Amino acid sequence: MSQDPMDRYEVVIGLEVHTHLKTDSKLFSPAPVRYGDLPNHDVHPIDLAMPGVLPVLNQKVVGLAIRLGLATHSSIQERSVFSRKNYFYPDLPKGYQISQYDEPVVSDGFLDIEVPTKVNARSKKEKAETCVKRVGITRAHLEEDAGKSIHDTAVAGSDATLIDLNRAGVPLLEIVSEPDLRSASEAVAYLRSLRSILRYIDVSDADMEKGQFRCDANISLRLHGESEFGTRTEIKNLNSFASIEGAIHAEVIRQSEILDDGGQIVQATMLYDVDRNRTRVMRLKENADDYRYFDDPDLIPLQIEEAFIEAIRSELPELPEQKRVRFAEEYNLGSAEAEILVSSRSMADFFEETAQACDSAKAAANWISRDLRRELNERDLEVSDLELEPVVLAKLIRLVEDGRLTAKNARDLLPELVDRGGDPEQIMQERNLEAVSDSGLIDTLVQTVMQENGEAVELVRSGDDKPLNFLMGKVMQASQGKASPGEVRKTLVEKIKGNGTSGEVS
Amino acid sequence: MDSLTSQRAGLESGEFSSVELVEATLSRAEAEGRTLGAVVGLRGESALSEAAASDSRLRAGEARSPLEGTPFLLKDNMVMQGEPTTCASKILEPFISPYEGAMAEKLRAAGAIVIGRTNMDEFAMGSSTENSIFGPSHNPWDPTRTCGGSSGGAAAVVAAGVTGYALGSDTGGSIRQPASFCGVVGMKPTYGRVSRFGLVAFASSLDQIGPMTRTARECAWVLEAISGHDERDSTSIPEPAPRLESALDGDVSGLRIGLPKEYFVEGGTDPEVLARVHAGIKELESAGAKIVEVSLPHTEYVVATYYLVATAEASSNLARYDGARYGRRAEGVQDLDEMYRRSRSEGFGDEVKRRILLGTYVLSAGYFDAYYRKAQQVRTLVRNDFQKAFDTCDLIAGPTYPETAFGLGAKVDDPVSMYLGDIFTVSANLAGLPAISIPCGFAEGRPVGLQLLGPALGEAGLLRAADAFQRRTDFHEKRPVLDGISERIQELEKAR
Amino acid sequence: MSRISPEDVKRTAALARLSLSDDEMESMTRDLDRILEHADQLKALDTEGIEPTAHAIPLRTPLRVDRAAPAIDPEQALLNAPLREGTAFAVPKVIDGEGE
Ligand SMILES: [Mg+2]
Ligand SMILES: [Zn+2]
Repeated sequence: MSQDPMDRYEVVIGLEVHTHLKTDSKLFSPAPVRYGDLPNHDVHPIDLAMPGVLPVLNQKVVGLAIRLGLATHSSIQERSVFSRKNYFYPDLPKGYQISQYDEPVVSDGFLDIEVPTKVNARSKKEKAETCVKRVGITRAHLEEDAGKSIHDTAVAGSDATLIDLNRAGVPLLEIVSEPDLRSASEAVAYLRSLRSILRYIDVSDADMEKGQFRCDANISLRLHGESEFGTRTEIKNLNSFASIEGAIHAEVIRQSEILDDGGQIVQATMLYDVDRNRTRVMRLKENADDYRYFDDPDLIPLQIEEAFIEAIRSELPELPEQKRVRFAEEYNLGSAEAEILVSSRSMADFFEETAQACDSAKAAANWISRDLRRELNERDLEVSDLELEPVVLAKLIRLVEDGRLTAKNARDLLPELVDRGGDPEQIMQERNLEAVSDSGLIDTLVQTVMQENGEAVELVRSGDDKPLNFLMGKVMQASQGKASPGEVRKTLVEKIKGNGTSGEVS
Repeated sequence: MDSLTSQRAGLESGEFSSVELVEATLSRAEAEGRTLGAVVGLRGESALSEAAASDSRLRAGEARSPLEGTPFLLKDNMVMQGEPTTCASKILEPFISPYEGAMAEKLRAAGAIVIGRTNMDEFAMGSSTENSIFGPSHNPWDPTRTCGGSSGGAAAVVAAGVTGYALGSDTGGSIRQPASFCGVVGMKPTYGRVSRFGLVAFASSLDQIGPMTRTARECAWVLEAISGHDERDSTSIPEPAPRLESALDGDVSGLRIGLPKEYFVEGGTDPEVLARVHAGIKELESAGAKIVEVSLPHTEYVVATYYLVATAEASSNLARYDGARYGRRAEGVQDLDEMYRRSRSEGFGDEVKRRILLGTYVLSAGYFDAYYRKAQQVRTLVRNDFQKAFDTCDLIAGPTYPETAFGLGAKVDDPVSMYLGDIFTVSANLAGLPAISIPCGFAEGRPVGLQLLGPALGEAGLLRAADAFQRRTDFHEKRPVLDGISERIQELEKAR
Repeated sequence: MSRISPEDVKRTAALARLSLSDDEMESMTRDLDRILEHADQLKALDTEGIEPTAHAIPLRTPLRVDRAAPAIDPEQALLNAPLREGTAFAVPKVIDGEGE
């Protein structure tokens, strides 16, 4: 039997994403939303469920939910209802969570994502071949986050479980997809795309490390060609792309092994153990709590007027998919490059400003999607975190484009500019890095290098081009990197092979 | 100086100071109030220092409101910063509120003096103020009988003249029924008229705070002070506090009073009570009101509807009492589940447990539609009944309760018969309407209450009629004899 | 025929996190049965197509401007805590598999 269960089974995945909405205060209380504070320093009596307190809805969350709805082509419900989901847990102070149940604010939308054409693409080549896939958004609803229970004895410093309610009441949007995803990598592509949209439209910072973007995955398998869904399990609380990918793989293997053995999947809630790379049952469906949902009598159904929706629609920024198409057309960029540049709104804005300032979109795209991105990844920063301004990068690019600075020297200057900013031209002059285009000087340097490396020169002359790069390196070194590499190569070839020989070396 | 009217007059004329009044009130609260089981907590020192501040304002002519310097009691389900609130439950023993509730805030801002807390049924669940960790309240008219509930302590302190007014809360009659048992005025305003912020929830869609006083006029003063929009309560009506006193002109000529035929059927209500209620209505008729017959056809269903809705909401509202953050935690618990179960089982009394179980059951899978949803639909029918009735009348009159104060212990073992007594009061809560109970006579020496119900936001009309009635009658001036009551209660307690 | 069985009461009590003694089980089952018997009279009413009423008074949702007020002092938050550690509430260990 094939190693890969995806050869035997179709994997069916639906995702539920919980994302923190970007507000100053909580969903139903005026307590501040902050991260990393000491326990119970960001609470109001409402968050503590003190006797007699009442919830009042935060106005901003309504607009944020609508924005996400519009960005995912969803319908915004004129009326939506807050319900109580009743269960006991110490990080749930009221004994119920206020959530939207059968009348959510947003429903019936979709998201177009780019995925490999072949569902179980393995090779690099297979993965590179992509197509657009439409993933249905079933609904998105508003609800409050729970607090945190600290169970770890080492952290808690005792046998007790410690309860911190700073997070209790932080507004969440739960975004539920249709079971349209067919692999872990499609799931990750969907999540990346969704996260990018949430950031674009300023609905959520969606910082996974801060727990602002968490995912539950519903997974089932069925034989290829089968039309009925298999029994599904739900893996709870995945909070990194790696754990999402790992958890789905692990659960697909677990389920396929059961099915291969003729067994049946039992509906259950699962947890993913990252260290062991395994999923395990947390709770069986038959033991599920009876949540006794009913409309919260402390809150009135939310009414949203058409004019309010239209006002938000008119302010909605260009979304990543729209931007990607426009960049490809307007700047004549490749799809991979465009994809990187639209990955965040700040990156896209940075690109457009740089391109305009240096008057070369192609070069700007190149520099940003490769060199600048490398610097960002190394520092784990966003482009908006940098001192570097688009005009500064544009200046640097201009110097290279004008042949005044070699690409190599420019690349060497980049980290410094990223960290401290500054004027590239001034730095170039101070360090005496201006490119040497003086052909007399290049001639001299080439001459010297040829004399010192007679053996290599002979090899080139006899038709072996390999040592050419070695000779070039020597000349560049002698010029302190300032000589234009093109000029050097041309001069070397001319001098070794004589005029008329092509300078092109493959 | 045992009525709010006489207290206001004395304070305004300088006959006595607020400090003197509060001192005298505190000692009566300590004596009669405690003896009757009506007062469960007092704040002496802070009340006196607030009274001193009030006196300086009165002397400077800077009274904040007509209630400046007057003492009153909160029901023990209304929180006040730094003070205990118990809801007469073990589960909130101890609990000190870290925040100020709207009632304490509003009345203190009006210059009124909170002197303590009154007894009640645990979490306002009951009709007799017997379900209380503090023991029962006794009816000042007859200490062998209940003072009604759940705001029984509040009714008793006003009836006994301990304070001129007190606040009650009414989820299914909890202000009006004890008012009728104790011979005082009790009003449940329109749902949303008075902020629920700081009122410990029993059933959120039904709970409403209201005044308990001797007269309709005093009721108007207190209602003006406590009502008005509160943005901390999403169900608060966005209307300013109504100006009510100007409506009290004694004129009811042409007022159409609807008598629902379902409220006057033979056999249901004590004939003596019916006779007093009829006499009361006659009084209004002779003052110029017109009597019309109306129908509230779903009356026989209101008690069932009420208990399904109220207990469902309560089961969820009371989930927060889990021993984790405040209140009682059972001792020696080993794990979380044990903490929940034991803290709640030891902390809640029988009636509260019964209602939590009923509410949990009717919301649970498989029963929701048959009970909870059905009750919400019937609630619509009840509302429609009133809407239709108010097409042909301005207010509705009838008995507040089918009988006068019953004996202590008479119904504690029979929840259904206890619940059925609420037939005339729960409709106003289900339909969100204002209603008032006023004393309209006595049956075998015990007070009888006449209930008036009005359309939404129709408090002024109710108070006008109630005031007109009181101008022509003197039931509100009758006082229970309290001499020797302490000895009688001691004997009773011994016998129990 | 009884409307609610002791098993129903037991399951309901578990949902509500209440422990009932044998005596309480018996009396609660009896009481709830009688209350439900009374409630069953609603079944006689035809409510087909009737909208349920959650709030008797029609209102619009009030919305609070997203402005953070200062949090309450942690000591006030923990004023009533039966048990605390630092500024956290302390509860007995959660047995694995419970809750969410
Ligand atoms: Mg979910
Ligand atoms: Zn959720």
